Amino acid sequence: MTIDLKTIKHIAKLSRISVSDEKAKKLAGDLNSIFDFIEKLNELKTEKITPLTSIAETTLKLRHDEIKSKNIREQIVKNSPEKNEDYFVVPKVIE
Amino acid sequence: MSDITKQTLSDLVKNIKAKKLSSEEVTKDFIQRSEKSNKLNAYITEDFSNALQKAKKFDQKPDFNLKLPGIPIAVKDLFCTKDVMTTAGSKILNNFIPTYESTVTQNIWNEGGILLGKLNCDEFAMGSSNETSYFGNVQNPINENLVPGGSSGGSASAVCAQLTPITIGTDTGGSIRQPASFTGTVGLKPTYGSCSRYGIVAFASSLDQAGPMAQNVKDCALLQEIISTYDTKDSTSIDFKRSQYSQDLNKNIKGKKIGIPKEYRVDGMPKEIEDLWQKGIDYVKDCGAEIINISLPHTKYALPTYYIVAPAEASSNLARYDGVKYGFRAKGENLIDMYEKTRSEGFGAEVQRRIMIGTYVLSSGYYDAYYLKAQKVRKLIKNDFDEAYKKVDAILTPSTPSSAFKIGEKKDDPVSMYLNDIFTVPVNLAGLPGISIPAGHDSKGYPLGLQIIGKAFDEQNILNIAYAMEDKINFKNKISDWWIK
Repeated sequence: MTIDLKTIKHIAKLSRISVSDEKAKKLAGDLNSIFDFIEKLNELKTEKITPLTSIAETTLKLRHDEIKSKNIREQIVKNSPEKNEDYFVVPKVIE
Repeated sequence: MSDITKQTLSDLVKNIKAKKLSSEEVTKDFIQRSEKSNKLNAYITEDFSNALQKAKKFDQKPDFNLKLPGIPIAVKDLFCTKDVMTTAGSKILNNFIPTYESTVTQNIWNEGGILLGKLNCDEFAMGSSNETSYFGNVQNPINENLVPGGSSGGSASAVCAQLTPITIGTDTGGSIRQPASFTGTVGLKPTYGSCSRYGIVAFASSLDQAGPMAQNVKDCALLQEIISTYDTKDSTSIDFKRSQYSQDLNKNIKGKKIGIPKEYRVDGMPKEIEDLWQKGIDYVKDCGAEIINISLPHTKYALPTYYIVAPAEASSNLARYDGVKYGFRAKGENLIDMYEKTRSEGFGAEVQRRIMIGTYVLSSGYYDAYYLKAQKVRKLIKNDFDEAYKKVDAILTPSTPSSAFKIGEKKDDPVSMYLNDIFTVPVNLAGLPGISIPAGHDSKGYPLGLQIIGKAFDEQNILNIAYAMEDKINFKNKISDWWIK
């Protein structure tokens, strides 16, 4: 299998990472060599195997739905690159 | 008292408790040595003046019942530390100051530990050489031209160079054990669910585990005893009865059954590694353990499985870095453009590669072929271990297929870099504990490690085996302080 430039651009779009043509070419090379390596899994027949979805074979514990952190609004926006009082600021989305 | 930084953790604790040393004296010495060791680039953030203040405060009102009474400790920069910058080795978190503390670090401070600073690591713990860090590569104290391994490269380098008596790292595919092996130090990756993941910058959530790194097995056991706690803030934290690992540590491994998996004899493995493994086998036999040949037939599929599962989880975990809530933001013409530029400029090449792989294997039409397939093979790998543990108590393997390699040697070849983790990745996939201990040197004088893999929750057993072997091996690290002018 080969991943072409068009697919690279599509994955980049889904990943929300901007890629130049030059970077896409480099990524295509890297990803193709990595997928060549991954394809080894196709040697195995796995139709009847149940996938492992959780490594810790315990049931998740239930807990009461209680508010544990109060008045942390300031802490939440503290590290924001751009804020306005209690709000995160983003580039304008509605004209 | 001279040579404070050369002392083991156990000796420092003893000397502080006996009032032969003050926390201030100890902290000062580690700070001074760290300051002289800038060339190693082990630190991303130093917190020295705060550390000294905390040490003085401890000395004014010492509590000698604590397990780490006034002991200064630097930690991997993947653990969130309240009010101290936490970068995960990435530009995208270059200005991030957590408003909360990770459970694992909190456990250390609760026992009297004092934060010295934050240690360098591969970006988001993605790497095996510490070369993907935005803050530059770290040098291996063993030799100027060598990588310290990764992703916990700064941690391994700092313990090896005695800039901190002990440290903590994280291990997703070998990130504690491989750098421990490359620097002649001890590193334990605990059972999945043993140490809380709360407050650790996430890479691959079903594989990530925090663990101790130290100069010897006893110190490693003590730190594990402190950091391993059940935590309701991490829904995958497991509530099991934890041993008092350092108190219960003993060298009696007579009658233990140790498995030797034939599949770990990989093609192209240097003879030195093979010989080291044989030496390890002889050591455990000398201790009265029984050697049993076993098979882990799906070993060769572990790395391909890992390189689907880990990037898939990473691509989801790293979706949160959008330039809105925290971290770096690039200017964009509109919202989407801002996201794309932020992530393109904020993440390094390896992280972008893994996000792309993860996005691809989870994307519509490919999910079954890759992600589901990998989860099925992961089950087969876990079944291999379950079968083996019907016959043996622990498994002995080399930690890595080679000793530390040169800086830059594998940087441009992702697959050859990934092959470093061939012996460590299966352990993460199966959620098991594994410890790497220094076991000898190669012909160049670089350290080599052996790995002991245990049953789930059986840390005490592998620590005991490591403790018994350590005694026989009598390993001495060759450090010349070349980096100090």
